[in-house]
Amino acid sequence: MKRDGTIAIAMLLVAAGAASLAAREIATSAGLGTSKPIGTGERRSGYAFMAPDTQAIQDDDTANPGMLWVLDGQALWKKKVGAANKSCADCHDDASSSMKGVAARYPAFDTALGRPVNLEGRINLCRARRQEAPSLAYESRDLLALTAFVAEQSRGMAIEPETAPELQPFVAKGRDFFMKRQGQLNLGCTNCHDDNWDKRLAGSAVTQAMATGYPLYRLEWQSLGSLQRRLRNCITGMRAQSYDYGAPELVDLELYLMTRARGMPIETPAVRP
Amino acid sequence: MASALINVPKKARRGDIIEIKTLMSHIMETGYRHTASGQVVPRDIVTSFNCRYNGEEIFRADLFPAIAANPFISFFTVATESGKFDFEWIGDNGFSATASASISVE
Repeated sequence: MKRDGTIAIAMLLVAAGAASLAAREIATSAGLGTSKPIGTGERRSGYAFMAPDTQAIQDDDTANPGMLWVLDGQALWKKKVGAANKSCADCHDDASSSMKGVAARYPAFDTALGRPVNLEGRINLCRARRQEAPSLAYESRDLLALTAFVAEQSRGMAIEPETAPELQPFVAKGRDFFMKRQGQLNLGCTNCHDDNWDKRLAGSAVTQAMATGYPLYRLEWQSLGSLQRRLRNCITGMRAQSYDYGAPELVDLELYLMTRARGMPIETPAVRP
Repeated sequence: MASALINVPKKARRGDIIEIKTLMSHIMETGYRHTASGQVVPRDIVTSFNCRYNGEEIFRADLFPAIAANPFISFFTVATESGKFDFEWIGDNGFSATASASISVE
């Protein structure tokens, strides 16, 4: 072990001697750089990091597998469920008008709960309060389908999180989570997504954590997945203890991510590698 | 819920080479994966796909476990006459799905 450490330091010194640029990169990747927020003009969706082939899958609605979930969601929208025997459409009617722009402002504040809820949470609240139906499990096909169908109604619209003062403490909590170092690797989200977004990690683009296209189809997952699935993957990747699906901590983080992506267009259902 | 997405041009000129794109919703479970308790997850894949143009078969494919979930199959044909394309997917556990699309050829 000690011997390996000596070699690593020697290599660092060689790199520093060879070029100051290389030295700076190593310093940054070791987390010695200072976090500075991404400028508004510098912001890029994950789409911009993808190969043209993958972009083509997202761009063509008949090649984008995420549209399969949107189709399923469209059918579920009209399906009567629960003790109340009501469908989403019975209250909300045509989703193309009633749900337009909804995903662009979520997670939103729920007065009864006194805290923000994301789209998945809202769908389950609606099921409990209006349809008197059991909650759909996180990452279940039906919940992903309904969420994708609702979010797709906002495709192309600018992300515009609510600015209500009661939401601000939760944005702050989400931001704290994003900045905080955690896990065995002692990393914060910011160490990759603010400091090193233009670099690569094990061959993949690091990207800026602009959550513009969720739920999205990840080729690696072979499925549609929620933003929380992505967050839990990232947290596990830092070798930290993740939160359960639907945990308030993850919703706060979602909320903060949406404020970071303010003004960027919704891409749901996006495709990522 | 087996849903499919089909992309066939609505119109074409006689003799045009047209691209047909199909996307079928399917998990394509390989049969090589194990659960946490060591049990094999049984294979569940689409095994065959075919396309007929006004009743005549113009494309057929066999699918295997290495093919990704939600198989996307695209191919080309020559637009010869107006009519209908019929698509059929057959798979494990009695899976069967069909879809169709029409084209007008001038």
